[in-house]
Amino acid sequence: MNQSLHLWLIPLLPFAGFLLNGILGSRMPKWLVSAIGLLAPFLSFALVLNAYALTSISAASCAGCGPVAAVVLPYIETCPLPWFAIGSLHVDFSFVLDQLSLVMLLVVTGVGFLIHIYSVGYMAHEEGYARYFSFLNLFLFFMTTLVLAGNVLVMFVGWEGVGLASYLLIGFWFQKQSAAAAGKKAFIVNRIGDFGFLIGIFLLLASFGTLTFSEISAKLATNPATNPALTGGVLTVICLCLLLGATGKSAQLPLYVWLPDAMEGPTPVSALIHAATMVTAGVYMIARTHFLFDRAPIALTTVAIVGAATALFAATIGLAQNDIKRVLAYSTISQLGYMFLACGVAAYSAAIFHLVTHAFFKALLFLAAGSVIHAMGGEQDMRKMGGLRKKLPVTFWTMTVAVFTIAGFPPLAAFFSKDAILYAAFVRGTGGKILWFVGLLTAMLTALYMFRLWYMTFFGELRTADTHPHESPWSMRAPLVILALLSICGGWIGIESLSSYLAPSVGLHPAVSSTLHLELILTVVAVLVALEGWLIADKYYRRKTERPAQLAAAMPAGYNLLANKYYVDEMYDAVLVKPLFAVSRYVLGWIVDTGILGGIAWLLAGIASLTGMILQRWQSGNLRSYAAWLAAAATAVLLFVLLAQGAIPMAEPLTRSLHFTGAGH
Amino acid sequence: MHLILFFLFAGFCLAGAINLLLQTHPINSALSLIVVMTSLAVLYLLLGAEFLAIAQIIVYAGAVMVLFTFVVMLLNAGREERTLGSRAAGRIGFPAVVVFLAVLATIILRAQGLASAHLGQGLNAAPGIGSAAQDTSNLALLSQVLFHELLLPFELTSVLILIAILGAVAIARREGSERTAEK
Amino acid sequence: MSFLQHGVPLSWYLLLSAVLFSLGVVGFLIKRNIITVFMSIELMLNAVNLSFVAFAYQWHAVKGQIFVFFVMMVAAAEAAVGLAIIIAVFRVRATLAVDRIDLMKL
Repeated sequence: MNQSLHLWLIPLLPFAGFLLNGILGSRMPKWLVSAIGLLAPFLSFALVLNAYALTSISAASCAGCGPVAAVVLPYIETCPLPWFAIGSLHVDFSFVLDQLSLVMLLVVTGVGFLIHIYSVGYMAHEEGYARYFSFLNLFLFFMTTLVLAGNVLVMFVGWEGVGLASYLLIGFWFQKQSAAAAGKKAFIVNRIGDFGFLIGIFLLLASFGTLTFSEISAKLATNPATNPALTGGVLTVICLCLLLGATGKSAQLPLYVWLPDAMEGPTPVSALIHAATMVTAGVYMIARTHFLFDRAPIALTTVAIVGAATALFAATIGLAQNDIKRVLAYSTISQLGYMFLACGVAAYSAAIFHLVTHAFFKALLFLAAGSVIHAMGGEQDMRKMGGLRKKLPVTFWTMTVAVFTIAGFPPLAAFFSKDAILYAAFVRGTGGKILWFVGLLTAMLTALYMFRLWYMTFFGELRTADTHPHESPWSMRAPLVILALLSICGGWIGIESLSSYLAPSVGLHPAVSSTLHLELILTVVAVLVALEGWLIADKYYRRKTERPAQLAAAMPAGYNLLANKYYVDEMYDAVLVKPLFAVSRYVLGWIVDTGILGGIAWLLAGIASLTGMILQRWQSGNLRSYAAWLAAAATAVLLFVLLAQGAIPMAEPLTRSLHFTGAGH
Repeated sequence: MHLILFFLFAGFCLAGAINLLLQTHPINSALSLIVVMTSLAVLYLLLGAEFLAIAQIIVYAGAVMVLFTFVVMLLNAGREERTLGSRAAGRIGFPAVVVFLAVLATIILRAQGLASAHLGQGLNAAPGIGSAAQDTSNLALLSQVLFHELLLPFELTSVLILIAILGAVAIARREGSERTAEK
Repeated sequence: MSFLQHGVPLSWYLLLSAVLFSLGVVGFLIKRNIITVFMSIELMLNAVNLSFVAFAYQWHAVKGQIFVFFVMMVAAAEAAVGLAIIIAVFRVRATLAVDRIDLMKL
């Protein structure tokens, strides 16, 4: 007997918050806006916790304990009204809760709620306070829809919706030209990925005739042998298309260019959307459709290669950035690359594990950076910071926890998850070893640039003269502390228990039963590499702080390449954007719009005007002329009627033709 | 007898109509029209419509044409001048009328089943109608229908004429009479 | 004199009516005095009246003659109003030439 989990409330409460704050927000006092803005995610989180409690009681019920009134996963809720039914395709609004979506929801609503609390303090002095909270709630609505989706179309609704919310929030300070442009860039690049996603959906529909995840999975499970078309071939194409969508949303090569620019938005937005939740939607989607990827080895390999390449690529760029948020943005891209790498070696549980720990420490990093920026009065350039550790103690200690976590030091969270990924890559054959090496190199670079950030921000002397950094209000400090605690103990759940928990939804983690020696060696190597990165950062950014400038001057080409992000944006601009603008302006603007459409309009107007001018001369006012035309017309009508009736004997052929054309009675 | 009368008065009609076209002074045209009206009244008599013949003379020849003559005299209309004219009237109007007349003439001449009018026989002239019906005069027949079935249109006609009178008075009234009244 | 005993074929009446009507139209087209034009209109109406009476004789329908009666009434009213209009126009324009009165605004 299944209790109702009221899944439909989880997205709908934030949606209600969006409507209330959006429509009435400007007329409500600030405390009311905050209350509504916080209540919705809190209630959603409470519902998720409730669902977790109900389902884990069921899981923990042992033989002999007796049946406990609880809920069995997967739990499906379908709206009684169907969405549409065309031919044999029947699509519902259905929400599915299974282990994977439960874990994801815990992260989304939990971290989301913490960031909402943080926003109360961070955005306290903003003009569009109500607008901010309504958009944030809108994002939560779409994200939860995406996670809970039971079929591809509902997921796509959430997918597009988070893109919309991202655009609205990136361009929150829309009066700033760069912010508006960044919002557009994010949406457009996302759209390119979504095109791939759509093609994938079409192919799914064509191959399976249904869009529900469980049905597709069942169809694949039952007849892989009898229907060879369902292995290889079509599946690879579908998976590659889905991968394109995932690279757009999760900022992987080649569609990552929007994420650094998205730092124009407020810092809590960067924390929530571009670190913890939205960008992980791509990983979630791949994990959700793992049954497709498992049967398309080529696509899987592509995922792994994209992930590893992106991780290394972004880490190298992060080394040369001076804006604190840009460093974190590239760090996000890099860590997402790790998650893709994990998916690519079919270690979906490891990817989800890293997703969870990444949410904790990356959100913490962004929020702490926000605290620093808030203290520095809006300054984001690290070269102007320094020595903040005495002035911002809470921020400093929480950020320290986050930096050590991301570097992968035990016993902090990312150590366990990153380790699981690297191990899974290593045991995957010779290609896997190459991927492992790339991951290792990236780990060192990660440690390097993160400690660089740590030293430049908090150590040394304050490099700007006239700022008075002060600690943030408690509404900003409390989430930092909570996230720091989560970063510390978040990894203690361990990959084995997580993967066995997630097994019903994503399949077993490969080679869970390992040879202890190999795993230990790999772990030690990873920690040593991270230590090496810390030592290098220590040398260049704490002790000999003049050396980085010397190195940059010594290799100007290399440094410029990194500092300018490999000129990828400029390349895209020259290859794609400018030609499109040219086509748009010259072909579509001049030829089609002005020439063809304008010409047609001009022609129509000209015809009307010309006809008017000609007919005007007919209206002379002369009575006799009118009378003459009247007589002529009357005669014509008389002739026509009589001919049609055949009353005029001499006009037989004409009459016959009139009869043929159906004239007359 | 009937034929002779017909030819005579049809000839008067045509002559009057053609004269109307040929005269330049409107008073001559008016007088020609009176000839046409009167000839038509006789033709109505030949067709057994006695009441209409009298009505034609009283209303048309006696009232309407007199009105025309009054207006001609009032406005002191003179001979027609040669004005610009209308090209359309000549080039389109004339052929249209000619074609019109030709078509109608063809149809009329080829129509079958048209009776022959005999003098003195009105509506009652038909085989099969009983002798009782022969005693009813044209006037009685007319008034039977007019005052039974068509009473409403008859009354409305009187309203129409009233309106026409009012309209004519309102339109033709001299505006200056108000100004002289103010003085 | 059997020839004289014959009645007049009705088609001759109708023909006369058609000719009178055409003469009326021609008069409308070629006359330059507006009063004469109006008289041509009266001629046209009379021609139609003749046609109605002829057909009333043909079908022994007294309603044809009643229609002529109504046409006469309407024509009389129309003549009255029309001539009043002509007088009003003459007062402003001081001309009776139909070609000179070609604007809606007097």
